[in-house]
Amino acid sequence: MDPATEPIKAVKLRHPVRTAFAVVIVLLVALFVWDAATREAYQWPLVGQYLLDRRISQAAGVTLALTVLAMILAIVMGLVLAVMRLSDNPVLKAVSWFYLWLFRGTPVYVQLVFWGLLGTIYRSVTIGIPFTSVEFFTVSPFSAIDLFWLAVLGLAFNEAAYMAEIVRGGILSVPRGQDEAARALGMSWRQTMLRIVVPQSMRVIIPPTGNEVISMLKTTSLVTALGFSLELYARTRAISAQIYATVPLLIVASIWYLLVTSILMVGQYYLERYYGRGVAPQRAPENDPDVADAAGVDPTTGLSGDEIEAVAPPKREHQ
Amino acid sequence: MTDVPMVHADHIVKSYGSHQVLKDVSVTVNRGEVACLIGPSGSGKSTFLRCINHLESINGGRLSVDGELMGYRQRGEKLYEMSPAEVSRQRADIGMVFQSFNLFPHMTVLENIIEAPTQVKGIKKAAAVATAMELLDRVGLAHKAKAYPSHLSGGQQQRVAIARALAMSPKLMLFDEPTSALDPELVGEVLDVMKGLARSGMTMIVVTHEIGFAREVGDSLFFMDGGVIVESGDPREVLTSPKHERTQSFLSKVL
Ligand SMILES: Nc1ncnc2c1ncn2[C@@H]1O[C@H](COP(=O)(O)OP(=O)(O)O)[C@@H](O)[C@H]1O
Ligand SMILES: [Mg+2]
Repeated sequence: MDPATEPIKAVKLRHPVRTAFAVVIVLLVALFVWDAATREAYQWPLVGQYLLDRRISQAAGVTLALTVLAMILAIVMGLVLAVMRLSDNPVLKAVSWFYLWLFRGTPVYVQLVFWGLLGTIYRSVTIGIPFTSVEFFTVSPFSAIDLFWLAVLGLAFNEAAYMAEIVRGGILSVPRGQDEAARALGMSWRQTMLRIVVPQSMRVIIPPTGNEVISMLKTTSLVTALGFSLELYARTRAISAQIYATVPLLIVASIWYLLVTSILMVGQYYLERYYGRGVAPQRAPENDPDVADAAGVDPTTGLSGDEIEAVAPPKREHQ
Repeated sequence: MTDVPMVHADHIVKSYGSHQVLKDVSVTVNRGEVACLIGPSGSGKSTFLRCINHLESINGGRLSVDGELMGYRQRGEKLYEMSPAEVSRQRADIGMVFQSFNLFPHMTVLENIIEAPTQVKGIKKAAAVATAMELLDRVGLAHKAKAYPSHLSGGQQQRVAIARALAMSPKLMLFDEPTSALDPELVGEVLDVMKGLARSGMTMIVVTHEIGFAREVGDSLFFMDGGVIVESGDPREVLTSPKHERTQSFLSKVL
């Protein structure tokens, strides 16, 4: 064999420190697991008994529903707030700025307590003409809202402030030329936003939004603040109070949170792939003829795709 | 109506803050003419093109396309700003091709071309697709209809961008240095498409450094420097015997 093309056979560089470190870590973990498995306080039999308890799996479902609904609402509101912030209208800009200031500047727990008290604060609201005795009707606006939906609103209103910043960053990441090209074609501001700018900003928006979803999943454990107690954390706490066992139920709750987080991460992966289309050709499906075309263009020869296709074997016709 | 020029720019002034970019620019382009605009970088060529389709509003002068003031309506002596919808309607009749192509990367070539006809003009998808395929055939890229822009060479992307603009059946086409971002060997394919378009009778304003193109297909040539038109006339005359010293020194650099 030509020595120039012969594969290199060399002794691999050794990393003694790295190896030693790995051994130590494995040992420590093994020790911890062995200890945990035998330690009374964990009450593993109870973990096994309650992991698949129907009350808990239902509560996990409620937690997931809270997360998904609150996030959907937060994304829509965040989009609106971001667009308001970027508009030329000074009133919309100011409103959006104030919203962000208010909801990012106060703890979500405090906000949730407020949401819980709305029913008491606004027990009755009278619609009439101010400073006169004219009254049309009296309502109690929050009494009709189910606690579940109050929790969704409370979570969403807080999250919308964070989503607005994420969306704004995404919109600003789309090159100016895109907006210009769309407007030069006669597209309205609305069309330009919805069809050109926002879809392209998704690639930038989705990864941090995925993190927000996962963070939201965990924030749902705070909605007891407004009195809602059917989600995962409140439910496991209630059960552990009944059976006087805290640790095993915390483990059960953690396992469920991890399970749901893992499912959400899979969904995020597929969304990122979808919105990356047209940008990352190497990730496009292999049977896509256009990818084959692109692969056939040799960037080093400088030949355009046509020229290469002229000499290439016949390809599937498009259209 | 045929005696109305396609573009009539009359003493245009444009400033960004205190920086006056266009100082008294007057340009007339008649129907079916190809006007070439040359000049050093920063002289205001792009700004002028963007004023024509009202991507930028002007601060002084009058600018009309096909006899219609751009972005304003005149009643008596008074000018009234048009609504965004009206401005969009005016822009829809003016095609624009950019130095950096600006194709929509999340759409295929075909989707790029049918986007504005279907969304802006409300043309049925099937009809828009048929027109798009004809246009793609005309620019030699029918086989790329389903490709994403990122899979195309620069020259191919610019030809698609031209087809996208043509899909709106514009009465005027603006080109802002359409070949400046291209590798030298890809310039020819784009210029060929533009020459074909000129021959078909399209009114075009082309900002370019391709002096050969201006000489071959230009009906008029404008040399802009520092926000003013320094010299204009028949391209062959201006390019062979420029009268102004600034034109001479610019041409000696690009030729
Ligand atoms: N949006 C803008 N804001 C401020 N200044 C601008 C803007 N666009 C262009 N300019 C300035 O206007 C001048 C002319 O720019 P441009 O029209 O792009 O020139 P050209 O296309 O001839 O190179 C430059 O000095 C540039 O800095
Ligand atoms: Mg320019």
